[in-house]
Amino acid sequence: MLSFERRAQLLDLYSAYAACLDDGRFGDWPDFFVEDCHYRVVPRENYDQNLPLSTMELHGVGMLRDRVYGVQSTLFHAPYYQRHIIGIPRILDYSDDGIDVEANYLVIRTKRDQPSEVFNTGRYLDTVVTTSQGLKFRQKSCVFDSELIPNSLIYPI
Amino acid sequence: MDVAQATSVGADPVTPWVGDGCSRIPARIYTDPHIYARELERIFYGRHWSYVGLEAEVPDAGSFKRTAIGERSVIMIRNRKGEINVLENRCAHRAMQFCQERSGKVKTLVCPYHQWNYNYDGKLLGVPFQRGVKGQGGMPADFTLEDRSLKKLQVAVRNGIVFASFASDVEPFEAYVGDEVLKYFDRTFDGRKLRIHGYSRQRIPGNWKLMMENIKDPYHPGLLHTWFVTFGLWRADNKSELKMDAEGRHACMISRRSETLDKDVTQGVSSFRENMKLNDMRLLDIVHEPWWGQPTVCMTTIFPSVVLQQQVNSLSTRQIIPVGPDKFDFVWTHFGFEDDDPAMTERRLRQANLFGPAGFVSADDGEVIEFSQDGFRQDPAFETLCELGGTDVGDADHMVTETLIRGMYRYWRKVMEL
Repeated sequence: MLSFERRAQLLDLYSAYAACLDDGRFGDWPDFFVEDCHYRVVPRENYDQNLPLSTMELHGVGMLRDRVYGVQSTLFHAPYYQRHIIGIPRILDYSDDGIDVEANYLVIRTKRDQPSEVFNTGRYLDTVVTTSQGLKFRQKSCVFDSELIPNSLIYPI
Repeated sequence: MDVAQATSVGADPVTPWVGDGCSRIPARIYTDPHIYARELERIFYGRHWSYVGLEAEVPDAGSFKRTAIGERSVIMIRNRKGEINVLENRCAHRAMQFCQERSGKVKTLVCPYHQWNYNYDGKLLGVPFQRGVKGQGGMPADFTLEDRSLKKLQVAVRNGIVFASFASDVEPFEAYVGDEVLKYFDRTFDGRKLRIHGYSRQRIPGNWKLMMENIKDPYHPGLLHTWFVTFGLWRADNKSELKMDAEGRHACMISRRSETLDKDVTQGVSSFRENMKLNDMRLLDIVHEPWWGQPTVCMTTIFPSVVLQQQVNSLSTRQIIPVGPDKFDFVWTHFGFEDDDPAMTERRLRQANLFGPAGFVSADDGEVIEFSQDGFRQDPAFETLCELGGTDVGDADHMVTETLIRGMYRYWRKVMEL
């Protein structure tokens, strides 16, 4: 069994990840990933049928930084708050190489002058590895159930 | 009054247009439920061809895909002869939308309510208790299976792309699209087998025509979309052409990427970033494909329901499904070709980051459409100005014109009689 210490570190990782996005500190977001990471946001429809298209798919921290630049400097959008509710991480597998984790998530979006609404919901399918700066994501797939994206998806989830 | 009422009373909409031009567009054509009801009737269910899907989505006999034309649910299904049928998803008995899965493969089409059973051509094969039970009940003597088929639409398949029409007297697809636009249609779809990469779906809170306008508007990409300006993918100095069919309803925006930069076109453009560099250039790892010829981009609008996208190595169809006057679903189907090598497939998928609901040059199109709709709602007396490049309609060899939008509204006014 994965040690309690490791599990506690995992919980810290997920809660820190949520806080980073919910605070809108997008510049810090790539720091949760190792250099050769893979991040994708993918509709469940595609994932279940093994169709490769993602809504967003980034290879390596460089591309994550390019996305952050897009969010902060090039993509015109109405600003909104995000609130991530992440379920207790379920450990699928682990070895010296990394920990495979699944965690349900719910993202609530609040636009200016509007009531809050469910924006995106699904599960993370992640691989977490140990680095000298603590646990980081090598792989993060956000497989979302939501059949229709309410207009656009700007910020990472 | 809601849309259903507007349709049922058949109220004649009053024209909101002033004069007979097409360059000042009244806000009410985006918000009025009576006008929207007539659009469904005359455009989506009238003598027009609507996009349904790609043949590759239904590979075998019995493979189906459910989608919609206007607000009517339809099923694209392949029959045993290999032909594509498009059937309305509505049981001939009690109107049930019996097909709830989005895609799959079936032996027959069965409505679960009373097990009415249809073949791939929509023919009713049988109904339980037709002759009653132990001499009691059953269907009347004049009931025939032949009279109770599923509604079968007209179908046109061209090089793997499937269109359908509710109108039995619709003109042939090729005549509908016209030679000029068909040439660019065939540039991408020349009969090569397609490989489906997947789907993106978004609901955009704006009138469906705003998306057609967006893809007929070569003015905005070099202004709204920083990526297009900075990396020369779409900029006012690019060599480009705008083409229409004779009616002005369909169009192509064709352009060629500039590697060099003319200062004229970035002066005062606040979205231009001279020093913008990507951390990872693989997002723009463009490889020229022989079938492109000179153009690096061709955006085709087939009125009323689809945008065909070739933006460098990224390919998609974008289907417009209206959901009331003030919103529509926008369904992206990304694809490549069966003979793509793995590197090309990966390249197409990476460049897909530019497009779709999260795309670097697409996410903000949905946003601006939403805010235009908000603007129409707040003042029904408003008229938009669509006079860049004049007030007439015609092809052009530059981007500084809104002629394609005027072309669409010239046609819209004719068919809508408003």
